Amino acid sequence: MSQEHSQSIESANTHHADDAHDHKPQGFSRWFYTTNHKDIGTLYLLFALLMLFTGGSMAMVIRAELFQPGLQFVDPHFFNQMTTVHGLVMVFGAIMPTFVGLANWMVPMMIGAPDMALPRMNNWSFWLLPCAFTILLSTLFMEGGAPAAGWTFYAPLSTTYSNDSTAFFVFAVHLMGISSIMGAMNIIVTIFNLRAPGMTWMKLPLFVWTWIITAFLLIAVMPVLAGVVTMVLTDKYFGTSFFNAAGGGDPVMFQHIFWFFGHPEVYIMILPAFGIISSIVPAFARKPLFGYESMVIATASIAFLSFIVWAHHMFTTGMPVAAELFFMYTTMLIAVPTGVKVFNWVATMWRGAMTFETPMMFAIAFIVLFTIGGLSGLMLAITPADFQYQDTYFVVAHFHYVLVTGALFGIIAGVYFWIPKWTGVMYSERLGQCHFWCSLISVNMLFFPMHFVGLAGMPRRIPDYALQFADMNAFISIGGFLFGLSQLLFVWVVFRCIRRKGEKATAQVWEGAEGLEWQVPSPAPYHTFQTPPEIKSGH
Amino acid sequence: MKRYWLLLNNKCNWIFILLVWSAGAIANAPAGSAYNMTRGATELSHKVYNLHMVIFYICCVIGAIVFGLMFWSIIHHRKAKGATPAQFHGSLKIEILWTAIPVLILIAMAIPASKTLIAMEDASKADMTILVTGSQWKWHYKYMEYPIEFYSLLSTPRDQIENNAAKDDLYLRDVDKPLVLPTGKKIRFLVTADDVIHSWWVPDFAIKKDANPGFINETWAKIENPGIYRGQCAELCGKDHGFMPIVVDVKTPEAFDQWVAEQIAEQEKAKAAEAARGLMTKEELMELGKTIYDTRCAVCHQSGGEGLPGAFPALKGSVIATKDKPAHIHMVLFGKPATAMQAFGKQLTAAELAAVITYERNAWGNDTGDLVQISEINAALSAGE
Ligand code: HEC
Ligand code: HEM
Ligand SMILES: [Cu+2]
Ligand SMILES: [Cu+2]
Repeated sequence: MSQEHSQSIESANTHHADDAHDHKPQGFSRWFYTTNHKDIGTLYLLFALLMLFTGGSMAMVIRAELFQPGLQFVDPHFFNQMTTVHGLVMVFGAIMPTFVGLANWMVPMMIGAPDMALPRMNNWSFWLLPCAFTILLSTLFMEGGAPAAGWTFYAPLSTTYSNDSTAFFVFAVHLMGISSIMGAMNIIVTIFNLRAPGMTWMKLPLFVWTWIITAFLLIAVMPVLAGVVTMVLTDKYFGTSFFNAAGGGDPVMFQHIFWFFGHPEVYIMILPAFGIISSIVPAFARKPLFGYESMVIATASIAFLSFIVWAHHMFTTGMPVAAELFFMYTTMLIAVPTGVKVFNWVATMWRGAMTFETPMMFAIAFIVLFTIGGLSGLMLAITPADFQYQDTYFVVAHFHYVLVTGALFGIIAGVYFWIPKWTGVMYSERLGQCHFWCSLISVNMLFFPMHFVGLAGMPRRIPDYALQFADMNAFISIGGFLFGLSQLLFVWVVFRCIRRKGEKATAQVWEGAEGLEWQVPSPAPYHTFQTPPEIKSGH
Repeated sequence: MKRYWLLLNNKCNWIFILLVWSAGAIANAPAGSAYNMTRGATELSHKVYNLHMVIFYICCVIGAIVFGLMFWSIIHHRKAKGATPAQFHGSLKIEILWTAIPVLILIAMAIPASKTLIAMEDASKADMTILVTGSQWKWHYKYMEYPIEFYSLLSTPRDQIENNAAKDDLYLRDVDKPLVLPTGKKIRFLVTADDVIHSWWVPDFAIKKDANPGFINETWAKIENPGIYRGQCAELCGKDHGFMPIVVDVKTPEAFDQWVAEQIAEQEKAKAAEAARGLMTKEELMELGKTIYDTRCAVCHQSGGEGLPGAFPALKGSVIATKDKPAHIHMVLFGKPATAMQAFGKQLTAAELAAVITYERNAWGNDTGDLVQISEINAALSAGE
């Protein structure tokens, strides 16, 4: 291991030997050939932002159609394509790549490494993504349209009863999977081998901890996803019957395999956000994180438990009652470490000296709203009640609370927190606060009432609905449009920083910020920690 | 003491308490509240409702405590108020405490939930059995104890969906023929599907069971009161997933028996009428054909016969519908396995089949002039696949 260690440092060094003074190629070739972790991080982040707006505009189509009962704008088949591609783009194109982008930028700086351990693979794992999404999105323009079986693409709707977009979809998912696995391997190798001397495991910032656990989850479950999409492909085109009862297969087996990937996947989308929040709260409370060890343990136990709860997505499929009981208990159990994390954040704030800049505002919103999503998750875990919630808007509310006000708010908080380090200028606090309040209000208008329409009986994934849901849906759609518009503010803030409009940021940026990333100047030079930093004791 | 007073004296805390209270009030509004889970019409659905309310209140209390502490801290421990940060960063005792307490709460919740679940999954000793079959995009009900079976389709007219007519109260919630059941009997439902996965959901019975093609799931209900109960398909099943409602008309046992007798008599009469029916005129065939086409085929092949490119073929001008008549009949009667094209031979009467095929061969400029008669259908049906 130590041999590998010195080798990768060496190769990184020789590669950059001639551009020690931030000398780099310009224009297209700089970005296309780059092996610099900061450049690749930037690429990931910009790509994810583009995907966020692509997926977001599909959400706007969905909400426009649902604004009133009746079919107004799109036909049901296209509506299904919108929900499906929206889900796929948000999960695989927006949330996951953002986290990889943040890891690229921050992990080497946080552990005192000069770069990622495998810089060329890093380049490749990014550039696979635009290819994958071009393929996926191109199906929208094909005859018969894009995949329409939901982001969960249950067989046989996605096999026998789908059109040829399935083949494109499967290929695109394979590319995304390869990209994720390579990204995860890179992060693992980097953290294991390139930590600065003295940066022991229990000194790692929590963002690094959550990412390493996420990376293991990714490596464990992305191959499962690859397997299940391949089975879909062979069932559709090559005469196998994995999911076809007539040939001796079982459509429910699809769901078991999918959710064995899918539940860890939802934690892949939240654990790095936990890490971000665990960096932000102590910085603005000016007080060390409460229960560092218990945070690490909680994250690890969540990751472990996430492998044995998958069938809570399948309570209505007709499992044996013993299996239902088992998955009910494990799902309830996973709420415990999740709770511990929330309690630790609150305890970190307790008796701190807080200020409320935009990153902190988003972090606080994260804690409250993610917890609401966790609590509705707890309700969903109660199997008899889940029979009533399953596949209704209640579930839609639940996972948007954990994913939008959870993962996405965590990401936004992180961007505000670190963008002064990336660009060297402070974002506009006034615009940031404005973005925060607009987002906070509209996101709750959008998702909170969904709990109630769900309880009242509105199924998800329908383009049209009964009249008693009309008022709520109009309200929800208005919230949706406002939330969409609010994110334009975010783009404005970000691009102002990119164009260096704003006050110059200091190296430390935030009064309470601690860690190696705050010891390098702002903007962070193209190459940091060419020689490993010295680590002070304590975390 | 002073601290507690502050808690209530603080504007933010009040707003928060108000919020929790109003969330509770909305959810606790009497059964029939438009925005809560229904209490339903069976003993088990009441239990499910109670579980839902209990866990909801537990969540409210947890939320109130956690958020209350957090906002308290936000208000009082701010730099602007001159707070100096404490430096503590952990406590094993507290960590154990806030791991153990949730575990206890969860165990307390798991016990009643398990009991209810086990009761819900015990479909043994039923008084009668209904086979529920989902297919794109309709439900089929078969009474195992009686010679009764029928399809149940959305009855909302296309015009209302496309906003060309005012929507009635039961928009998207009504069907042409509801499932009829008796009160007070333990009814077992066997749930399955012909094509993709559907899910049979009637909130008032707390039943949601996936209909998996090739497999049969079991569930049951014992309904207390007569009435009409409505539900919907709850698993994405393709284009018209949003348009396959469920209506259950629950009658007293006497009224149910009477309904059964009527059904059987009606079926006999219809069968006799069809057997006696001779040649149909072109007008008769086209008229009946258009109704059948619009209700049963247009969801896929579209009302103008133009199909949906890439998903459902056009019939307008298609080879089968303009030339090869035996192939056309065969396709409609026996469908095409492993595609969305179902076998309609079992779904429609011979007259309806003859009519719809005639219609397809003469509508939208497919002017073949061909007529298909009941006798041809019967011959093809008895010849088999
Ligand atoms: C759930 C969707 C669906 C419904 C409902 C449906 N069809 Fe089809 N139909 C299809 C599909 C898909 C095909 C193409 C099968 C294949 O792959 O060849 C098809 C093919 C056909 C064809 C052959 C067309 C050709 O040119 O090959 C005819 C004729 C036809 N259907 C008639 C009907 C009639 C009559 C009805 C109503 C009684 C009906 N279909 C209802 C989906 C449907
Ligand atoms: C307290 C912890 C949580 C519990 C107990 C929990 C429980 C559940 C349950 C039981 C379901 C299935 C609902 C149904 O379909 O009937 C579900 C769905 C879902 N959850 Fe969670 N959850 C938790 C946290 C999370 C987190 C952290 C995320 C992601 C960041 C998440 C994302 C999702 C998604 C995306 C779905 C819906 C998937 C789909 O059907 O499309 N959940 N959750
Ligand atoms: Cu899950
Ligand atoms: Cu459906």
